[in-house]
Amino acid sequence: MAQTNNMLEIKNLEKRYKTGDLALSNVTISVPKGEVIALIGPSGAGKSTLIRCVNRLIDPTAGQIILNGEDITKLGGRSLRKARRKMGMIFQEYALVERLSVMENVLSGRLGYVGFWASLMRRYPQSDIDEAFRLLSRVGIDHFADKRADALSGGQRQRVGIARALIQGPDIMLVDEPTASLDPKTARQIMRLIIELAKENNVAAIINIHDVALAKMFVSRIIGLQLGEIVFDGTPDELDEDMLTTIYGEEDWEETIQKVEDEDEEES
Amino acid sequence: MAKENTPKRTWSKPPLIKNPTIRWIVVIAILAYAIMAFLTIQSSIDPARISKGWPRTVRLLTNFVQPDFFTRIKDIRIGVLESITMTVVSTFVGVILAIPFSLGAARNIAPRPVYLFSRTIIILSRTFPEIVVALLFVVMVGFGPLAGAITLMLATIGFIAKLMAEDIEDIDESQVEAIKATGASWPQMVVYSILPQVLPRFIGLTAYRLDINFRQSAILGIVGAGGIGAVLKTSMSRYDFDTTGAILAIIIAIVLVLEIISGYIRQQVQ
Repeated sequence: MAQTNNMLEIKNLEKRYKTGDLALSNVTISVPKGEVIALIGPSGAGKSTLIRCVNRLIDPTAGQIILNGEDITKLGGRSLRKARRKMGMIFQEYALVERLSVMENVLSGRLGYVGFWASLMRRYPQSDIDEAFRLLSRVGIDHFADKRADALSGGQRQRVGIARALIQGPDIMLVDEPTASLDPKTARQIMRLIIELAKENNVAAIINIHDVALAKMFVSRIIGLQLGEIVFDGTPDELDEDMLTTIYGEEDWEETIQKVEDEDEEES
Repeated sequence: MAKENTPKRTWSKPPLIKNPTIRWIVVIAILAYAIMAFLTIQSSIDPARISKGWPRTVRLLTNFVQPDFFTRIKDIRIGVLESITMTVVSTFVGVILAIPFSLGAARNIAPRPVYLFSRTIIILSRTFPEIVVALLFVVMVGFGPLAGAITLMLATIGFIAKLMAEDIEDIDESQVEAIKATGASWPQMVVYSILPQVLPRFIGLTAYRLDINFRQSAILGIVGAGGIGAVLKTSMSRYDFDTTGAILAIIIAIVLVLEIISGYIRQQVQ
């Protein structure tokens, strides 16, 4: 049934809010298996709306989203929840359930797989628990398993968020501004961790990110969104000063481009 | 200073009512009403009746300070047990029945028709004072604690559902979004993202309602809906003020104990 090899196909997606604002128009993106894409653009460009349309937290008004050959925009109820299991989401303000423990937060990524009573009584299959511990130690916080989520620092919370997304066994991660509430050093660590884990597990990712320098540093494909439309889709090298002006408007971009090169040296 | 010619700018808090004429009319009207209201009451103050009632007042107060727990011990024990039973049953059942209405009356998670239905039930349950509802149930199910327990249960539903719905409307939506994104079902979403956020308040309100229900149960007995109130009323009409004093002392003691317990619980769950 798959006419292409692409894991995710977004076709002519449109979202018009009830207020009449057009948040997305004619957005078409193909995501091959395992590819990591950074989505950049000014605030209000529709980045958050776009990734929330992919897992239908927001319903698009037109267009198709095809995940592994299945059109998600047509799904509802049980089949939609089943499709959501294949899409892990990571949030800007972590969106952990604050009063639950780290372990409960990670295991909540398995909610789509376990029944209601099992989840209520916290009786998860041993395989889920093993995987949760493996992921927690992979992101470096397994010793916090029984701590409450609100006792953790920003960077630690985002690590829990990453583990929660990955335990779903997703084909794609939808990442909404993962570093916006973090300090520069932690931001890079988190960004690096997301990229590494995407590679390790052969999971694709769409990462909304404000920080253009950080995006250029870590990903090989960047999509620029402006007023709900795609204005750029290419490699970091192709994203030059003129392009940034198109996306964000007139500004002195010398620094941004320069900084990336400096950082590249520093990294190597 | 350089800017000597700048006029001094004054500031004062803007009045609540901008138009000075209206403002003064409102102030004078309130004062006039207060004075007239006082004059109305004053005409019914009868010094003769007060002086006649004075010895009774003295007897009441002296008996209160030397309460008699023993003459009516049997009635008191039955009354207290009835009150406690009514309180526990009505709180337990009421709180459980309030859960679906709490969810239904929260605008952010309930569909519109469910929302309107739940709100209607809550408003109905809160419209009538407990004592009026109790009178109704005394007629329907007869004298005794059953009428009181049903009354308190209905009041508990309205109370808990209204306050919990407001708490649910204030939750952090991003946690709900995150749980939805995992592919969780609706009941799982409630248990994993809403419940953890509202549980401390739910427990706190339940403890508080337990304490309210006990105090209410003391009043409901007066209209025949069971509990310690009936014994209280009988002792008053018999002028057994020492027994009345004893009953009041018991009510105060139980309310204090409940207050301490509910305070402790609320502290623990936060």
